[in-house]
Amino acid sequence: MAISTPTVPSTPAPAQDRPDVIVIDDVRKRFTVRKDNTIRERIVTLGRAGRKHRQDFWALDGVTTTIRAGSTVGLIGQNGSGKSTLLKAIGGIIQPTSGTVSRRGRLAALLELGAGFHPDLSGRENVFLNASLLGLSRAETEARFDDILAFSGIGDFIDTQVKFYSSGMYVRLAFAVAVHTDPDVLLVDEVLAVGDEAFQRKCLDRIRSFQEQGKTIIIVTHSLSQVQEMCDRVVLLNKGKVLHDGDPIAAVSMFRDVLEERRSGELSADVAVGRGTVLGATVHADGKGPRDGVTPGDDLLVDMEFEHLDGVADWEAAVQINNTAGQVVYGTTTGIMGLHLEPLHGRRKLRLRIADTNFGTGKYFINVSMMDSAGRHLHDLPECDSFEVPSFGDAVGTVYAKPSIEELD
Amino acid sequence: MVDQARMAALAKEPLVVVGAPTSAFRGTWRELRDVFRQREMLGMLIRRDLKARYKDSALGFVWTLVRPLTQLMIYYFVMGKILGSAGAIDNFAIYVFTGLTAYTLFSEIVAGSTGSIVGNSGLIKKVYVPREVFPLASVGAALVNFAIQFGILLAATLVLRVFPWHEGIVYLIPSLLVILVYGAAIGLVLSALNVYLRDVQFVIDVGLMVLLWASPIVYSYSMVVDQLRVGWLLAIYTNNPLTLSVLGMQNAIWMHDPADVAYPSHLMLRLLVAFVIGLLLLIGAQRVFSRLQGNFAQEL
Repeated sequence: MAISTPTVPSTPAPAQDRPDVIVIDDVRKRFTVRKDNTIRERIVTLGRAGRKHRQDFWALDGVTTTIRAGSTVGLIGQNGSGKSTLLKAIGGIIQPTSGTVSRRGRLAALLELGAGFHPDLSGRENVFLNASLLGLSRAETEARFDDILAFSGIGDFIDTQVKFYSSGMYVRLAFAVAVHTDPDVLLVDEVLAVGDEAFQRKCLDRIRSFQEQGKTIIIVTHSLSQVQEMCDRVVLLNKGKVLHDGDPIAAVSMFRDVLEERRSGELSADVAVGRGTVLGATVHADGKGPRDGVTPGDDLLVDMEFEHLDGVADWEAAVQINNTAGQVVYGTTTGIMGLHLEPLHGRRKLRLRIADTNFGTGKYFINVSMMDSAGRHLHDLPECDSFEVPSFGDAVGTVYAKPSIEELD
Repeated sequence: MVDQARMAALAKEPLVVVGAPTSAFRGTWRELRDVFRQREMLGMLIRRDLKARYKDSALGFVWTLVRPLTQLMIYYFVMGKILGSAGAIDNFAIYVFTGLTAYTLFSEIVAGSTGSIVGNSGLIKKVYVPREVFPLASVGAALVNFAIQFGILLAATLVLRVFPWHEGIVYLIPSLLVILVYGAAIGLVLSALNVYLRDVQFVIDVGLMVLLWASPIVYSYSMVVDQLRVGWLLAIYTNNPLTLSVLGMQNAIWMHDPADVAYPSHLMLRLLVAFVIGLLLLIGAQRVFSRLQGNFAQEL
């Protein structure tokens, strides 16, 4: 993520009087994976044998939710959790196996930029075609054409065939068309992952102005900081079920738990982790109590306790500090500090001193890990403690330094 | 800031269930209405199909005509001169070209729409539009090509001084309607089936070739009546909708001496019956299509 404004996402004022735009009622979607794809194979595997060549799985399993006009909803979840399927069901691109999706208002789906661009047609022809696919009439497109052209920055290339465009031009033109349709509901699927930073900023600015105009945005993304920055509500999906629906911060931390679960599951499968554990860790500023605010200049002390039942000869301790948006603001390991820890057998306590810290206002979480010499995580203890930096009123951001102004002439 | 007028307008709109299969009749009606609302897009898709097909080729649209004209030459010389059909049929060139024009319309509709869903898979997976527009756009593109070919046919009749200015011309519209209705019905079903089984597009190549020879295009109906002595076989042959339309077209465009040409009795009535049946088939085809389209996005 290139952009991170320090302001808290402004949740639009009372939303109670707004109409529901999308009502999802117990939507289930079954996918059947077949291994026989030609007539010959189907006939050979007809009947009972055919069932062996089929595999069902539920991409969505009883999803029920209601989305109000003007809200920005993030859909998060690990790969294969059903986010994109849900988005496509809302868009009407796939039909649910059971349950209904109802909606009102005009909808535009940005599932892929430039869907429907024909390489042999000119940019201008493609703009009209794409706009009509997104629900704009020819007259409306004509009225907006200059804006679209200006936004895309394509210039004279507009009458060149699209196949000669660079990939950047292609995406810019496609996004320009998409944002100039005037939808009530906008579905966005990972679109923001493409393009350079300047382009991403442009996209995000557009989406913010959509938010201000009270348009409903449903966004699928893997960027958790983007979710916390933009969404006022997050739906966390796991294996087709809604795990959490509501506050973004809580959803993101729950999602981290889900990912952690999967990671440790995978780990135990392929690496012999042994029985190492981070038993606990606490943080406080030197000379202050455990819950006192940390101010710039304080030394932070992280007290950690490790245990390994089988004994590990070569190991490292790692500490990482995250802000509430989940961004890493500080991290270190005994390895990069150049220390070699004594072999661990049984329990041991260590204290890490981080001298002369200058954290900006906000809340910070401590994550502690035990790693082997190859850098594999033997055990993680995420968000085991936190500390807060009080507000100073003269600066924002994750780093604090005293600002002042002087006249130069 | 938040646009209150937009909110108010939004609140007034009804909640619509997305893409739910309602009752057969109402479903068809709703989808027809959706397609009608998208007619502007339909026009653009047709234009795209036509433009993209001959983009970057020096001769462009001329190529549309090369195939039927070549076919005409071959049939005229091989069938007409070498095998001697021309002796039995007046204005043999016009006769063949009339039949070919009708057949080409049908085969382009069927072949074009069969590939249309798979060909537009990129769109179907990413944007929701009533999926019927893709086969319909192929029908539209085929109609444009037909119009060009038909223009040439009329020009040829002018040059040969056999312009079809006679009462037989009333057969033209019913014949075209029959071709359109059957072509669209078959195209709709096959376009949907082709998503699930790609074998379909190879099957239709063969099927269309059989149909070319199963209609009186390069030989005359009288020859069939002479050869096919089994009553029910002749009935099947005659009532093939494509045969009926080809005969109708010939009746309309090809100037001939009615005394030496055999036609099935009540051709107009047969065309009308075929049209009504075709219309029912088209509605059925639309139902099949809308039943199958729910899984398009995941099957493509």
